[in-house]
Amino acid sequence: MMLMKRREFLKAGAAAGAMASLYGCAAGSKAGGHVVVVGGGYGGATVAKYLRMWSQGSVQVTLVERNPTFISCPISNLVIGGTKTMEDITVSYDNLKSKWGVRVIQDDVVAVDAAKRSVRLAKGGDLSYDRIVLSPGIDFMFDQIPGLNNAAAQEKILHAWKAGAQTVALRKQLEAMPDGGTFAVAIPKAPYRCPPGPYERACLVADYFKKSKPKSKVVILDANEDVQSKKGLFMKAWADLYKGTLEYRPNSEVKDVDVATNTAILEFDKFKADVLNVIPPHRAGSIASQSGIKLINNRWVDINWLSMESTSTPGVHVLGDAVFPAPTMPKSGHMANQHGKLAAAAILNLLAGQEPNPAPVVMNTCYSFVDAKNVIHVASVHQYDAATKLVQPVKGAGGISAARNELEGKAAMGWAKNIWADMLA
Amino acid sequence: MKKLTQVAAACLLAAASTAHAADPNLGRNLAATCANCHGTNGKAVPGAGMDSLAGESKAKLLQKLADFKSGDKPASIMHQISKGYSDEQLALIAEYFAAQK
Repeated sequence: MMLMKRREFLKAGAAAGAMASLYGCAAGSKAGGHVVVVGGGYGGATVAKYLRMWSQGSVQVTLVERNPTFISCPISNLVIGGTKTMEDITVSYDNLKSKWGVRVIQDDVVAVDAAKRSVRLAKGGDLSYDRIVLSPGIDFMFDQIPGLNNAAAQEKILHAWKAGAQTVALRKQLEAMPDGGTFAVAIPKAPYRCPPGPYERACLVADYFKKSKPKSKVVILDANEDVQSKKGLFMKAWADLYKGTLEYRPNSEVKDVDVATNTAILEFDKFKADVLNVIPPHRAGSIASQSGIKLINNRWVDINWLSMESTSTPGVHVLGDAVFPAPTMPKSGHMANQHGKLAAAAILNLLAGQEPNPAPVVMNTCYSFVDAKNVIHVASVHQYDAATKLVQPVKGAGGISAARNELEGKAAMGWAKNIWADMLA
Repeated sequence: MKKLTQVAAACLLAAASTAHAADPNLGRNLAATCANCHGTNGKAVPGAGMDSLAGESKAKLLQKLADFKSGDKPASIMHQISKGYSDEQLALIAEYFAAQK
């Protein structure tokens, strides 16, 4: 039944595509065709909506997403801290379907055949495409932490670095922890998803402890030699708000774990915690890292910054955390949304037989909560530079908050509501 | 010699105009970089505390952006973001939002 529906849809899509290309010839520049988007997060949902909106419906879009609803990583640390609920960070895909005409299929893509321009779905059946967008986010390299490389270990020592069941589970572990216990969060070496996120999480757990379990402690085990984002502002928050509660340990890479005793094994040391939260190193989501497209450092996809198209494989565009970042570009939901728009504009030009925009711009805004109300930001603007073929940060632009403040606490929630609407409403 | 210089100049001019051939949707694309906070096409989510930009006059938007850029208008973040765009880009952005109904 599902398969038939899909076939019918493909037929309908092909007909609409053909009509659109006919119309395209008459109009001279109108795009038509079928784009498959894999992954409905910050990047994938955005490109799906913007392709439909900017083509005025002439490009058919199929979004394949494994989850029934969108759950946001940004703001999820507030669920872990106990001041927001899962409902607050969950958004439906219904508007993408009904308002924008995106075909949403809840499934996994198991293979991409770039030569045949076709993808295979886990539940069976193939989808053909004119262009494909992979927005798979990240997958964890559990093999780098041998003790964590099995399902039972992963249920006990959580990452909670993809929002969803793990977010809820980490909150439960913190609630169950007796007062006087220790929460440790382990950060992998950069680059990783959301550079300030682990420090924000440490703050919000410390804030929860201060209010509800005042004898408890937070320890940050950072594989990096220093705080990776908003350093001065985080360190000031730790000194002002969490002295005696929160401890920062740089150069503390977790090499392995002892699951039975909740112990992180570092190079020369061990650390036993009551709640141990290990964020393993990550790489591009497996559909991108294992599709034979060119990677950098065997982890991140090498893309052309004019189109987000793979440098090795025509017709395959990759967005968000999965790409090898341009200089100083963070792996963030905000940036993935900007990638989605850059890709949508480029794909519509390419489908209409035109060159992509030669001067793309992307920008980033990232808010971090240092307690339930006070927030700090970092912002940057990145312009395409033809000489290096990269989007480069604009010198003198961007920056961080002067100090933590409640006004930006409100702005952070305003940001969340607007970006979720920009992707999904 | 003079003729050659003229030809070279004409070639340079042609090359320059090719290099600067802007995408006809440049304003739309630039304005989309603002939508994360200010809403798709500048229509912010009501009650979320962000300014809607759709339908504002181009002059008013440009003045605001210029004041952010110069530091005349105090801001938590827009003074930093506005500096990332050229005046020409800001003009395209303001024009796009002004045209949104």
